[in-house]
Amino acid sequence: MNGEVKKGYVRGLDIKNGRVDMSHGSGGRAMAQLIEELFAAAFDNEYLRQGNDGALLPTAGGRLVMATDAHVVSPLFFPGGDIGCLSVHGTINDVAVMGAKPLYLSASFILEEGFPLADLQRIVQSMAAAAREAGVPIVTGDTKVVEQGKADGVFITTTGVGVAMDGVELSGSNVRPGDVILLSGSMGDHGMAIMSRRENLAFEVPIESDTAALHHLIAAMLETGADIRCLRDPTRGGLATTLNEIAKQSSVGLMINEEAIPVKPVVAAACEFLGLDPLYVANEGKLIAICAAADAERLLEVMRAHPLGGDAAIIGLAHADPHHFVQMKTAFGGRRNVDWLAGEQLPRIC
Amino acid sequence: MKYIDEFRDGELAKNIVANILREAESGKRYSFMEFCGGHTHAISRYGIADLLPANVRMIHGPGCPVCVLPIGRVDQAIRLALERKVIVCTYADTLRVPASDNLSLMRAKARGGDVRMIYSPQDALKTARDNPQREVVFFAIGFETTTPPTALIIKQARDEGIANFSVLCNHVLTPAAITHILQSPEVRQYGTVPLDGFIGPAHVSVVIGSQPYEHFAHEYRKPVVIAGFEPLDVLQAILMLIRQINEGRAEVENEFTRAVTREGNLKAQAMVSEVLELRRSFEWRGLGEVPYSALKIRPAYVLYDAETRYGIGYKPVADNKACECGAILRGVKKPQDCKVFGTVCTPENPLGSCMVSSEGACAAHYSYGRFRETV
Repeated sequence: MNGEVKKGYVRGLDIKNGRVDMSHGSGGRAMAQLIEELFAAAFDNEYLRQGNDGALLPTAGGRLVMATDAHVVSPLFFPGGDIGCLSVHGTINDVAVMGAKPLYLSASFILEEGFPLADLQRIVQSMAAAAREAGVPIVTGDTKVVEQGKADGVFITTTGVGVAMDGVELSGSNVRPGDVILLSGSMGDHGMAIMSRRENLAFEVPIESDTAALHHLIAAMLETGADIRCLRDPTRGGLATTLNEIAKQSSVGLMINEEAIPVKPVVAAACEFLGLDPLYVANEGKLIAICAAADAERLLEVMRAHPLGGDAAIIGLAHADPHHFVQMKTAFGGRRNVDWLAGEQLPRIC
Repeated sequence: MKYIDEFRDGELAKNIVANILREAESGKRYSFMEFCGGHTHAISRYGIADLLPANVRMIHGPGCPVCVLPIGRVDQAIRLALERKVIVCTYADTLRVPASDNLSLMRAKARGGDVRMIYSPQDALKTARDNPQREVVFFAIGFETTTPPTALIIKQARDEGIANFSVLCNHVLTPAAITHILQSPEVRQYGTVPLDGFIGPAHVSVVIGSQPYEHFAHEYRKPVVIAGFEPLDVLQAILMLIRQINEGRAEVENEFTRAVTREGNLKAQAMVSEVLELRRSFEWRGLGEVPYSALKIRPAYVLYDAETRYGIGYKPVADNKACECGAILRGVKKPQDCKVFGTVCTPENPLGSCMVSSEGACAAHYSYGRFRETV
């Protein structure tokens, strides 16, 4: 007797009707089964198959980039995506905007007791599909279960490791007066897709989240050799907040042109209806690029040629400003500050 | 966006501005108060002040609902959440209004109070239906625009026999506040607030109509132009006010004809007067006690009156001494005249209520217009 139960005698997880219970986080056989039948089955790759406490990875050489992101979005499933693919895209993007090729991901799950296994499987399969499509394997992970009421279904933390491309130096502190600000596409899609499914606010609009992995678009942009100073994905706090971060880091002023900023009419209308400003609404598949003026048109062309940058636009310029304000020329003909997001426009957006 | 973009058209704006520049006589003073926070927001957001000549000045009025909510009223809601353990439902801006003991409803939530942000009063009633074992209070604030929906849910609660629901009613009245400003010593005696006319409220007037303002035009000889909240509405209203002054008229004119009639929404008015009645007096932040300026729940609906139900008395609390919200709400001072503006008091950490809502004079100036002081 070696303590193992013969495979044929173990009942599989009841994915259809089963729910997460405390034993799934106990470290015992129930946990092993959950990991094996649900997580490992979906994420399967050679590093995960090692089955050890950590993944043993070949060294990449060069400079490593590492980023981590916790995901607590509510609702878990929303038009255009779910917490699973979002948690893969979000971390890949954080690594990629550093000018790095994302290589590996880790995933850590906090599950609430009572969470339906069917929903968990749907989320895990969505993660697996996103990781496979991006070509970035999930190589290690962790699962914890907390009592009912101590979490909200599932929280997912992913960490990404990548290797920075040679000669690429991207930082929010690199921007100089005269540089040009580019945007890869329309603002506010993710935030408004979430908003449209909030329990107390459901409204019928054809808005889908823009959640997507941007590393291929970024690789194409870097290949042009354009003098890119900084890349950022405007997630929480939206375009306005991200631009303020950059203005502060680089000690410059930024002037954007309202009419140049792409916003889908349906998103603009939903924002108007709810009293929100699309410049402050989260995106999950868009990037801001700031580059030397001479390279802007060339970079724009490459962005527009990529499926994730079809609506790319030049939206403004950096200038010298001791106050590091972000300002906007309004479509109305006036000028105004575009300030940091104050308070909470929309909780638990990602 | 159809029916929105038309009222934000930059080319049309240029035409109106050209008329304003031509018709505003250089020797004359044109000081207009926009009563509503909605107008304050539009003026700041679209940079309208930049488009006006120097002798046409806009003074921000007290028409921002969370700005005029006194500390003592927020304290009541916080006590209900923390001491009585009720679910307090309210609008988003209300959550951040600073109250006593360095608290706000949002901070009360962090201390274990069950405080929920809602978009519609119907959601408060739904919360009560969904939580029959809990007591639910809707912390109702706002001018005449938000009053009918409050009256409606009180009526619905009674019709449906929802016993775990009540309303902490803080609805206030626009005409009473305008009267108060017109009678204030700053306007009548000292002339520290030069006031030559009003831009009348948009949404409030949809409910109450244009008729209530006729009194101000006739009695106080102040022109009133009711205007929508879009930037072109505001510019057009300014032009109409300039014309009234040039022609020596003091009338109520309606720029917002696409939504406002003289009588207003009679059905909504009837609903409100069935459920709510005048308070003898009500404290406003900045204005102090204003007679007959707010509404309370009628005795017939007393079961749904949170003030009575929980026996919470009202205790006035003085504003922070450094805060100039009071003077700003009366039009006596500008946000940048306040020592704590942009230093101790910011949208992240508001000391005074005018820094909370995007309709507040201080928050609007901080968020949209700060670059003006630096050039």
